[in-house]
Amino acid sequence: MRKVYLSHNSIISSLGFDSDTVVKKIKDEVSGISLINDKTLFHNPFYGSVINKTILKNKFEALKTEENYTVLEQMMLLSLSKVIEASNITIDESVGLIISTTKGNIDVLDKTSDFPKSYAYLSRLGTVLRNHFLFKTEPLVVSNACVSGILSISVAKRLIHENVYKHVFLVSGDLVSKFVLSGFNSFQALSNSICKPYSKDRTGINIGEAIASILITSDTNYLTEESVEVLGEATCNDANHISGPSRSGEGLYRCVSAAMKEATVTSKDIDYISAHGTATIFNDEMEAVAFNRLDFQNIPLNSLKGYFGHTLGSSGLVETIIGMHSLKQNTLFYSKGFTSLGVSKPLQIIEKTKQQQLDIFLKTASGFGGANTALLLKSVS
Amino acid sequence: MNSKFNINAYSHIRNDKISLNGDIVFEDETKDFSAFIKSAYKSQGMDYPKFFKMDNLSKLTFIAADLILQSISNSEENIAIILSNKASSLDTDRKYQESISDSNNYFPSPSVFVYTLPNICIGEICIKHQLFSENSFFIFDNFNPHHLWIQTEHLLKTKKANKVLCGWVDFDDSSYDAFLYLVEEHGDLNHTIKDIKQLYLCQ
Repeated sequence: MRKVYLSHNSIISSLGFDSDTVVKKIKDEVSGISLINDKTLFHNPFYGSVINKTILKNKFEALKTEENYTVLEQMMLLSLSKVIEASNITIDESVGLIISTTKGNIDVLDKTSDFPKSYAYLSRLGTVLRNHFLFKTEPLVVSNACVSGILSISVAKRLIHENVYKHVFLVSGDLVSKFVLSGFNSFQALSNSICKPYSKDRTGINIGEAIASILITSDTNYLTEESVEVLGEATCNDANHISGPSRSGEGLYRCVSAAMKEATVTSKDIDYISAHGTATIFNDEMEAVAFNRLDFQNIPLNSLKGYFGHTLGSSGLVETIIGMHSLKQNTLFYSKGFTSLGVSKPLQIIEKTKQQQLDIFLKTASGFGGANTALLLKSVS
Repeated sequence: MNSKFNINAYSHIRNDKISLNGDIVFEDETKDFSAFIKSAYKSQGMDYPKFFKMDNLSKLTFIAADLILQSISNSEENIAIILSNKASSLDTDRKYQESISDSNNYFPSPSVFVYTLPNICIGEICIKHQLFSENSFFIFDNFNPHHLWIQTEHLLKTKKANKVLCGWVDFDDSSYDAFLYLVEEHGDLNHTIKDIKQLYLCQ
């Protein structure tokens, strides 16, 4: 079977408008989360991670398009244009497009929005990107809660293995909106400070927004220094609860096991885990249980939620891209916000950014609906 | 495109009718969806109180899936689920939006918010039938048998699943449409895009 690689990439987030800038900030242990006082988003000040819309406006004007796009569409266009340009790939029948999102243009449902309510249909995002970049194939939208970003990489890999496409461009994005903030608040899941994944004093999540794009390809002529090979991937359901994780970490345990089986690796081969770590009591505890069942208690692990917050349908892709850069730089990034271990099983949380030889890493995510996803990636260079 | 796999069962819920393998198992033209699906639930002799907490999309999907899975499923079967629709969770999204649009009448509820994701209906099926398997939810403008076929063939060929339950489950405003089918080694109909299209259109 053809090997599948992750290559050219871009991240737009509160930490910057390209991957290199964002990675540099993370290396310097800078968080993009701040106290936001914006009544159009939430009735009280909240800790979150939002993209600077003034910079966005300036950058977007450089694309010189006449159409009236929503903020999410502008960011997706900007992000994908960079990756298409850098990759130098001609868009033809062999090139696919996948969009990963949970809520898309959900803000158009608000009465203050000037955009048609029909823009809330998620296929709208596919139509916008296809028309702008002249894709020749039908875009796929993956909407599978917070595992969407990683699941989309799996879907792209499967399409390449089945010879449907040679290359796939994947774009992920979700916004910080009144809709999402009020919902997580109704679950009493929002943290009253910058989130503290796996810590004793963690109180919940921060919501963040990020847009990411990546090239997924089988052609080694289109790789970059940070490119990785997809060794294995799997998605498994907890079959337990629609909004709470399984206490035994069943789905996470099973999907990581399945991904390892496909990749033919053992726990000794994994150098680093980029975990989900939302900083809710139950999620982090579930992960600790699952990782101990997998004998991962001594593998360096971080959550990147302390830098971006939880970026929902984008989080899996954003965090995968950071992991790729981590491998390229042979650097383990500090698990921002960590104080002291507050889960019932041991984990090797990265307490300080440090140099270390890295070859293979595991990316995981878990989400509402009981979905869990794992991805094993190996450095190419 | 040929396949070594077959379609072993299929169900439809549309136009006030519910059918399994083309045979109508429930019909009621007098009611709106919420009363219709409740009667359907009762007519199947089900005893699953969680059903009443579900949103419209989950109720629709749950009943369509249960018809196919009730006789065969157990957690060791490794039945993957690949679903798709056009409206995502918009029916519940609109309902949730109403609860937050007016600051004087602000009542967001976690039990509504949780259903503002289309894949929750997959979770409901997995919980009922104890399926720890592969899940994915796709959004298309129209039913896309070609894509479902590719993803299904891949999971079966690579043995990531022994069976795949796939299809289209859409709930938008008051209109609904569910078509699910089970693909596995055995069955009377070959797993081809042409046959999936024909089954989708029948009834």
